[in-house]
Amino acid sequence: MASIHNAVLDLKKLDLLANGNSTIHRLDARAKVLVTLVFTLCVVSYNRYELTALFPFFIFPIVIISLAGLPPLFILKKIALLCPFVLAVGIFNPVFDRTILLQLGPLGISGGWISFASILARSALTVGAAFILVGVTGFTAVCQALERLGMPQVFAVQLLFLYRYIFVLTEESGRASRARELRSCGKKGLEMSSFASMTGHLLLRTWQRAERIHMAMLARGFTGEFHASRTSCFGAPEIRFILIWTALFIFLRFQNVSLLLGSCITRLIQ
Amino acid sequence: MSHHIVEVRNLRHVYSDGTVAIKDVSFIITHGESVGIIGANGAGKSTLLQHLNGSLEPTGGSIHIGHTPLSKGTLPDIRRTVGMVFQDPDDQLFMPTVFDDVAFGPLNLGFTPSDVEQRVTEVLELVGAGHLRDKPPYHLSGGEKRRVAIATVLSMSPDILVMDEPTNGIDPFARRQLIKLMKDFKHTRIVTSHDLDMVLELCGRVIVLHEGEVWADGTPLEIFGNSELLAQCRLEKPLSMQDCPICGAKRIPA
Amino acid sequence: MHMADALLSPAVGGIMWVASAGTIAYCSSKVRKEMDNSKIPLMGVLGAFIFAAQMINFSIPVTGSSGHLGGGLILTILLGPHAAFLSIASVLVVQALFFADGGLLALGCNIFNLGFFPAFIAFPLIYKKIICNQATPTRISTASIIAAIFGLQLGAFGVVLETVSSGVSSLPFSTFVAMMQPIHLAIGMVEGVVTASVVTFVYKARPEIMQSAMESRQIGNHPIKNVVIAFLVAALITGGFVSWFASKDPDGLEWAITKVTGQEELYGQGHGLHATLTALQKRIAFLPDYSFRKKDEARMEAPVAETVHTIQTAQTEQNTKSHDKKLGTSVAGVVGGLMTLGLTFLIGLILKRVNKTTAAKDAI
Ligand SMILES: Nc1ncnc2c1ncn2[C@@H]1O[C@H](COP(=O)(O)OP(=O)(O)OP(=O)(O)O)[C@@H](O)[C@H]1O
Ligand SMILES: [Mg+2]
Repeated sequence: MASIHNAVLDLKKLDLLANGNSTIHRLDARAKVLVTLVFTLCVVSYNRYELTALFPFFIFPIVIISLAGLPPLFILKKIALLCPFVLAVGIFNPVFDRTILLQLGPLGISGGWISFASILARSALTVGAAFILVGVTGFTAVCQALERLGMPQVFAVQLLFLYRYIFVLTEESGRASRARELRSCGKKGLEMSSFASMTGHLLLRTWQRAERIHMAMLARGFTGEFHASRTSCFGAPEIRFILIWTALFIFLRFQNVSLLLGSCITRLIQ
Repeated sequence: MSHHIVEVRNLRHVYSDGTVAIKDVSFIITHGESVGIIGANGAGKSTLLQHLNGSLEPTGGSIHIGHTPLSKGTLPDIRRTVGMVFQDPDDQLFMPTVFDDVAFGPLNLGFTPSDVEQRVTEVLELVGAGHLRDKPPYHLSGGEKRRVAIATVLSMSPDILVMDEPTNGIDPFARRQLIKLMKDFKHTRIVTSHDLDMVLELCGRVIVLHEGEVWADGTPLEIFGNSELLAQCRLEKPLSMQDCPICGAKRIPA
Repeated sequence: MHMADALLSPAVGGIMWVASAGTIAYCSSKVRKEMDNSKIPLMGVLGAFIFAAQMINFSIPVTGSSGHLGGGLILTILLGPHAAFLSIASVLVVQALFFADGGLLALGCNIFNLGFFPAFIAFPLIYKKIICNQATPTRISTASIIAAIFGLQLGAFGVVLETVSSGVSSLPFSTFVAMMQPIHLAIGMVEGVVTASVVTFVYKARPEIMQSAMESRQIGNHPIKNVVIAFLVAALITGGFVSWFASKDPDGLEWAITKVTGQEELYGQGHGLHATLTALQKRIAFLPDYSFRKKDEARMEAPVAETVHTIQTAQTEQNTKSHDKKLGTSVAGVVGGLMTLGLTFLIGLILKRVNKTTAAKDAI
């Protein structure tokens, strides 16, 4: 429960971040969605042993965070909560893949460890990019952008409904849980029967709420069509944003900048 | 302007679980009247109101709005005529931002974007929520939500305004604003409330509902003067009609 | 068991995206055409309910651990497959964007694993068959438990296939299956029991709610649906097969490609557009050049490397020539990597400074 509760608080926080007014915030959401997609694709397109070539990609989250004035620690913390599944699966790489790929003096590093590190780097990059996208755009705008990019309207609309009522319903179920805790005299667990009735009641109330919402929509002339009220422009800044970042990603994808830099340095030293 | 008459004839409503919420209710409200519907919890007020714009279907009896019977065919027109503010504003604010929410109705009515923009700005100012325009509803306080909910209804320029407990959970200042707003509304108003002082101040007529039936229908002074009736219906006099609770001084009858 | 970007190859991720996006489009048009529009807020609000319900935990007897309501099956039972699929998908979108579950590319996999299997396989083929138009509490419970287990098993298997065919993880297929399936048997049982208890509760309180979903169209009567399913399965299999082949045996794939396309096509002229395209393809392919490549493999790559004169491959080539140099490149890689990281952070810091000062100036 605590985790979801915190997640909802974080949700509100991310949502507030999106109210910022930086150059990045002001860009049309579609541009940001597209750039994030290209970024993700480039990052995951490397083979499993690629590590150093991933590093230059950190430029994207870092630049956006600083330009948009997002709180870096908050984002870092969210990224650090890396999906446990990734860790659980990734940690098997060193177990199964022991071919030494890298000799650093006496230290031999196996392919498994390199690919594990690579998985972590990918995870940080991709998850970070998703967070940052929401942080500089806002969930609603992301949905609307996806709709403009071809997502079916029915789906977009009910995504917005879901997002809107997460706050109402989690508060409701939080209240119910607290009320139960207060009356359970310190007993921790919830038995099946009371669980079923608590969740069931929540569900029935939710259902009635949906019916009332539908009535409210009908009362305001809803006939099944959703009309867009805002027209945002996709202008020169957006095109510039997309071109610059995409070009950079493709360049980085073709050119291992880390290695280039490293070999220049080592050659200089020699 | 007879088309703003609200006529309820022998209305009966039984919920699907068998609860008889409205037994037999009849009344006529003429244009420009301001009517308060009062009654204890569970008396059937919300159920009654939900019939007025077709949100609930009568089990028996009928509703006429301006001599048009409420039916599937007339529903869209009637919904445009009758503006309904729900009891829980969370049910009514379902769009991503306050602006979108208030614009929802006018857009459905086919207004042009610039008209919508103007209308939204107007009604938000009217309810004192202009500064909330770009906020998402879940970042609003309870009273702010209520004001925006009222704005969403006013944006459709209804001919009949129906409100279910509008002053519930708003601060004294906002309540005052709301009462003024309702006084300024020139058409028919129907309000349910437990805020009897507001009813006294705002309404020219009071209908007392008890266990799904009309127990009294008259002017506020008649109704609130009848202590026996009030006690039977689990109500009491508005505070402004009671004796001073501190010094015990008798109230001078108006 | 959310799939994650970090474990995916673009090919597998892309195929699953197409599959899920296709199913979303199909379900959306279905909902739009066949259902009354009261379903639209209901789908969204029930999606939000799943989050809220997950805040209520119950204790699993004996084990001392706790469980909560899973999403897929109960939504399908309440909404019917099409609307439920959309609802589940939107829950996953929110999780991907806010809760660090997966990422954007993995969304396609997750929607498919957690949405398609319960909604279009477990519900029609198991739940409905067991209920058989006679909903009784016992039948509902049995059906929910079996359908939940079945759906989750399929979902877990999907995760295994997607992970293994992506080739980022080194987990062998058999080990991974042996791990995932039993774990998800347990999870499936818990989800089944929980779903059953909530569904029975709702059934007793408001039976008419459950009716609507059960009455929703029979699966299999729609030719379009068959086509879609056939397409999805085909996409899954080919995608899985190709990528698995690619990760297991890159030379084998190359061999297959040369067989199919003809040698000249691939390694044709050494310059011009074709060379650029070849280079591009090599770069973006699911298995681009290994930078830490073993000797013999690198030598086999030589013809390609010659046509593509980039510094990196040139270095790979050099690596094969002397062990000494190889060490050199490794060091270069490590040094360069660290420096790049440092540099990017520095750029970030500088930008932040600049930003602040301009903001301050604006304020003045
Ligand atoms: N959806 C429903 N299903 C079954 N019974 C209901 C439903 N909604 C209301 N009722 C019942 O109908 C009766 C009237 O309810 P209603 O909501 O109209 O009361 P109310 O006068 O608005 O009360 P309050 O002042 O508390 O808002 C109550 O007994 C209530 O339990
Ligand atoms: Mg009420």
